[in-house]
Amino acid sequence: MTSPYPLLAIVGILAGAMTLAASLVWLERRLLALWQDRYGPNRVGPFGLLQVVADAVKLLMKEDWIPPFADRAVFVLAPAIVMVTVLMSFAVLPIAPGFVVSDLNVAVLFFLGMSSLGVYSVVLAGWSSNNKYSLLGGLRASAQMISYEVFMGLSLMGTVLLAGSFRLSDIVEAQRRVWFVVPQFLGFVLFLIAGLAETRRLPFDLPEAESELVAGYHSEYSGLKFGMFFVGEYLGVVLISALVAILFFGGWLGPVLPPIIWLLLKTFVFICFFILLRASLPRPRFDQLMAWGWKLMLPVALANLLVTGAIVLASTG
Amino acid sequence: MLSVLRTIWNVFLHMFQPRVTVQYPDERAYLAPRYRGRIILSRDPDGGERCVACYLCAVACPVDCIALQATEDKSGRRYPEFFRINFSRCIFCGLCEEACPTYAIQLTPDVEMGEYDRRKLVYEKEDLLIDGVGKYPGYNFWRVAGVEIGGKGKGQSEREERPTDIHSLMPRDPMPG
Repeated sequence: MTSPYPLLAIVGILAGAMTLAASLVWLERRLLALWQDRYGPNRVGPFGLLQVVADAVKLLMKEDWIPPFADRAVFVLAPAIVMVTVLMSFAVLPIAPGFVVSDLNVAVLFFLGMSSLGVYSVVLAGWSSNNKYSLLGGLRASAQMISYEVFMGLSLMGTVLLAGSFRLSDIVEAQRRVWFVVPQFLGFVLFLIAGLAETRRLPFDLPEAESELVAGYHSEYSGLKFGMFFVGEYLGVVLISALVAILFFGGWLGPVLPPIIWLLLKTFVFICFFILLRASLPRPRFDQLMAWGWKLMLPVALANLLVTGAIVLASTG
Repeated sequence: MLSVLRTIWNVFLHMFQPRVTVQYPDERAYLAPRYRGRIILSRDPDGGERCVACYLCAVACPVDCIALQATEDKSGRRYPEFFRINFSRCIFCGLCEEACPTYAIQLTPDVEMGEYDRRKLVYEKEDLLIDGVGKYPGYNFWRVAGVEIGGKGKGQSEREERPTDIHSLMPRDPMPG
């Protein structure tokens, strides 16, 4: 069932996601500060909330510099890709019953495809910058995405098996009895880790790795183009958190409060958890990251899928 | 793996710890009396300038931010004609204070001397001189120095013996006066 007012849903989700992503900048800085016994931005406006506006104005006023040695067309295109692909994934998110832009019957696959396409943004940015640090960042991003995408998809297949559908609203409805985090705990953990790697957030921020690669793939970017990478990353955080809530924590399901509030609450908890991970974990070495992905996460995901499949087969058989 | 989880949990618990930030313009951190901040020139207990313009501070200064010119008043007392500290160079190392033989130059616990105009950071003698004794109450260099100045002859300083009469053949009078 698609929303009766598709335009309203589109505008609502777009505006909501963008506002959320922007205010995440503030939230992240405040939370990081809280966990590091500091205050964070608390000067601009009430609780420092207007810091977001100040940052946005600063980014807009910055010189939009395209290096003369860069591949101009690709350089301009790259930041747009990250925004577009992440925002496309928001189209299939069921916010509440009937409140979704497009209730695709292959929503999970669509999301996986879009997040794979998102890698092009980073790789192309690294390539077109014509800068060795950017290129290294792009290379790392492509390797990281390929390794972690594999078991990201596999980790979701357990829930798909249990729900018997790729449609996200069906998956939510299938959790009326028990949230999928209980039967699919392993899948949840795997998806969380893979999602973290997908959004290139700490501790998986090897493509950026300030301490090694200047700023990685976006070293050469400034002004609004850098802002798009920035917002794209935060949109990714919102997306992954919302997906975790939808796939494993019953999405909009919950007593008393309206469904949309439930989803937002669950999403918020996971956003905070992502920030907590950033506050506490160090960045692994690149070969450790690869070894983890291929030698540990992939076999575990496969085993999880195998066991889930066997149980589903036995119980329906 | 377990250590990762423990790390996350420990960081989470920091939520309930007091914050260490001192919100500066609203609250101020305590600065010890011996903190090395703005430099001042102090005065004797009886109000005279302590500085004797010996140049030791200017020599000790590693960034050469102190400039002065010695002169003498009618009583033979040395003092600086001008005394200038360029605080845009000063690194607040305190070497001038250590070098000073008369406790004249002292560092104070004041750090709020920001300016928009760089030239305003050049402090002249009238900016530096304070009306007090600073960290050393009761000390008066001219009172203890064996130097002859107007109103105080040889041997009249505190704890100073009378000068030996080199024309006399007699041994020193063990009980003078």
